[in-house]
Amino acid sequence: MTQTQTQPVPPSPSGPERLLEVRDLHVEFRTREGVAKAVNGVSLDVAEGETLAVLGESGSGKSVTAQAVMGILDTPPGRVTGGRILFEGRDLLALREEERRSVRGARMAMIFQDALSALNPVLSVGYQLGEMFRVHRGSSRKEARERAVELMERVRIPAARTRVDDYPHQFSGGMRQRIMIAMALALEPRLIIADEPTTALDVTVQAQVMELLADLQREFRMGLILITHDLGVVADVADEIVVMYAGRVVESAPVRELYRAPAHPYTKGLLDSIPRLDQKGQQLDAVKGLPPSLLRIPPGCGFHPRCPVARPLCHADEPPLYEVGRGRASACHFWEELLDAE
Amino acid sequence: MVERAPESPSAADEPPAGSPTAAAAGGGGGTGAAAGLAAPGEQAPGPAAPPGTEPGPSGQARSLWSDAWHDLRRNPVFVVSALLILFLVLISVWPGLIATRNPLSCQLNKSLDPASPGHWFGYDTQGCDVYTRVVYGARTSVTVGVCATLGVAVAGSVLGGLAGFFGGWWDALLSRVTDVFFGIPIMLGGLVFLSMTGSRSVWTVIAFIVLLGWPQIARIARGSVISAKQNDYVQAARALGAGNARMLVRHILPNAVAPVIVTATIALGTYIALEATLSYLGVGLQPPTVSWGADISDASQGMQFRNAPHILLYPAAALSLTVLAFIMLGDAVRDALDPKLR
Amino acid sequence: MGRYVVRRLLQMVPVFAGTTFLIFVMVYAVGDPVNAMFGERAPDPATAAQLRAEFNLDKPVWQQYLLYMADIFTGDFGNAFNGQPVTQLMSTAFPVTLRLALIAIVIEIIFGIALGVVTGLRRGRPVDSSVLMMTLIVISVPTFVTGTLVQYVLGVKWGWIAPAVSPAAPVGELLLPGVVLALLSLAYVTRLTRASISENSRADYVRTALAKGLPRSRVTVRHLLRNSLIPVVTFLGTDVGNLMAGALVTERIFNIQGVGFQLWQGIVRQNSPTVVGFVTILVIVFLLANLIVDLLYAVLDPRIRYA
Repeated sequence: MTQTQTQPVPPSPSGPERLLEVRDLHVEFRTREGVAKAVNGVSLDVAEGETLAVLGESGSGKSVTAQAVMGILDTPPGRVTGGRILFEGRDLLALREEERRSVRGARMAMIFQDALSALNPVLSVGYQLGEMFRVHRGSSRKEARERAVELMERVRIPAARTRVDDYPHQFSGGMRQRIMIAMALALEPRLIIADEPTTALDVTVQAQVMELLADLQREFRMGLILITHDLGVVADVADEIVVMYAGRVVESAPVRELYRAPAHPYTKGLLDSIPRLDQKGQQLDAVKGLPPSLLRIPPGCGFHPRCPVARPLCHADEPPLYEVGRGRASACHFWEELLDAE
Repeated sequence: MVERAPESPSAADEPPAGSPTAAAAGGGGGTGAAAGLAAPGEQAPGPAAPPGTEPGPSGQARSLWSDAWHDLRRNPVFVVSALLILFLVLISVWPGLIATRNPLSCQLNKSLDPASPGHWFGYDTQGCDVYTRVVYGARTSVTVGVCATLGVAVAGSVLGGLAGFFGGWWDALLSRVTDVFFGIPIMLGGLVFLSMTGSRSVWTVIAFIVLLGWPQIARIARGSVISAKQNDYVQAARALGAGNARMLVRHILPNAVAPVIVTATIALGTYIALEATLSYLGVGLQPPTVSWGADISDASQGMQFRNAPHILLYPAAALSLTVLAFIMLGDAVRDALDPKLR
Repeated sequence: MGRYVVRRLLQMVPVFAGTTFLIFVMVYAVGDPVNAMFGERAPDPATAAQLRAEFNLDKPVWQQYLLYMADIFTGDFGNAFNGQPVTQLMSTAFPVTLRLALIAIVIEIIFGIALGVVTGLRRGRPVDSSVLMMTLIVISVPTFVTGTLVQYVLGVKWGWIAPAVSPAAPVGELLLPGVVLALLSLAYVTRLTRASISENSRADYVRTALAKGLPRSRVTVRHLLRNSLIPVVTFLGTDVGNLMAGALVTERIFNIQGVGFQLWQGIVRQNSPTVVGFVTILVIVFLLANLIVDLLYAVLDPRIRYA
């Protein structure tokens, strides 16, 4: 289960086997304007068969965290400056590049947001799917192609055998995203990281793709990290939620509890910004202002300039992740008031 | 420029780039040696992604220029090349500033004499002072470069810009005509055409370069006008009833002019090289006009430079430095004006 | 794909007609070949008229052009004014220039792409800046200057090579002229590949390829380079025009008896059939090169093929 703490790792709680433990991860980007601290001490856990949703605005560090876990940060300018990433008991950051590469794609895989640009435009989808088998399994060209057809059938692409030699631009958006999913599933990885997998799709197609992803996850008992800014998607599929702001985890909780009673003003702001049918005509309480520049994260609580309940304490002291309930944590000095108010 | 997807606006009514009919934005091949640095889709902010897509109306367009100027002043390449060009222009207008002799008064008895005090570069085959001829050669090169570029830029922008703005049969005709001109490598055309004209002055060569060079600019002007025209604010101005003239001057010109300037600046250097090459081949300038290309050609006759390398090296160095200065200037201007590289 | 080829071929026809007509007009309308034949002497009016009739010079230019084109399509490029068939000149000249051009193309492709990839992947590093500066210098120094300097330094001063190429022009002797000819295009290919690589290396599909756990080399060659070469191939087609211009100069410097040499002879002697014949062939080569590149473009980019 999700345990998010800033301090030393407690022994693993009982329950399903822990797949991924990220501890106190720091990532920096060196730019001409200065050092951007994209990820500042993030910790998160994923167990087998569990879905962890990572929620946050763009620039909150959620995608960078995912890239650091996958080991596909743009280096330079990006660099992991601290922390540990334990996956299946091994610290990925301590592995040599060659060992790391054998994990990527085979043991953990990633699904990207925009399949049209994430798939190579000049290679057929069959080739791109088959490449997984050829590189990681040493399969022959013919065998790889056969596997590619099977994969396409598995993600419910009609007439897979006749479409295996087609190119990405010949598929519809939903079908392309299915191919991305097929590519991630190819070698039956234990962990899948899906970075905004449905954002680029039509609303009707979104549901189908999410459903497919959820089905396949259940079937293979994979861990799934779902990176999104869409609270609607989260409610349906996630078990646990981690909310990120300015490169930090500000709240983590089981999904239902978080929806029922958020323990951080930022989470509350996000929830209030969802239009609801039963509150028609009321003004939407969006979170006011813009997220801070990662070059200049405010001192104290990073959220205080936008926070409706900020007090002088928030300008000076950075709140730790307080344990606010069973498997729940919040990085707000005044979490108790928030929970009481609900 | 790389993603030349068929649906891009410029490709819609044109075959894909690379055909003689759409030889890349910069029009590489057809213009032979005069193919600008901007030639092959590398950087010319051509039709596919002109700066016009970035800056908004004239207010923002102005900031493109001031940003560019801000960048340029800090670019050592620009400063060095601009100073060099300033010097070249000065000695072109007043060669007497640094050379007191007459380039045409020669003493045959001093033929091929090496350097001596007051005659730092020695004497050429006819016994002319090489230093004086090198200084006076600048006037020819700068005149050809500047006038040919001005002619090409004006003719090309007017013809191409109007074709892009009004479209219709005029546009179709112009496209076919530019195709035909692109079918003739400029050096080949120069060899044939100029050899047929009896006596050639600087103005003959300039007229020839304008005759064969304008389609390059016309194509770029047409492309950038078309994409500027498609900008939302231009459409809005049209909907508000702005007249054609006002549209062109107020809205389209400021956005379409940058790619033309970039291409023309780089072309300037290549036109200087073109004149020298034509003169070297014997179809360019004739005595009494002093031309570096002709002097190098004389030096090469029967390899006269064998025993007197100075008659080859000094004009060659002057020519190369001049072309380099203009090409560096063009390169710097392109970097500053191309928002893609910002 | 078939329709694409046909469309391209059809589009070539008017361009070919217009281009050759333009050349034809330049030669026959601007100069007077018969007067030129006789040099300083005034020709005997009867002989001149006979010659004009023989070469169709007494007809309007557009008729001359059509007659000439009709001949060309039967493989008859006419005779030079001295009676030698132009095709005979071509058969000795073209193989030499072809060898020279092939050497140059191979050099520019191999070194240009290699340098472009190396610098494109290291944008902003010292290797990148110095190669970039070198390409600027190469572009700035005209081919005839480079060629003459190479001839002076390697041929005359150090004596490493023969300063002139023998009439048979074996490949060995053409290597150095080939390098000189290749330099300018090499610089362009380098810059273009660099720009293309560095732009595409930030593309999403490269990140996907990395996430798939592919080795770096495979990501670079199969995914990055494959996409980045599309504009480079386009350039190579249009660059055939540059190579022709360069060949004229290079052949002149190293005394290579190829197309540039014959064309030059034709121009100096005002031998119009030779000039028009050679230029027509060169224009055809240029247009065909562009056509081939178009087809290659479609092979490399399925988005064009299926458009």
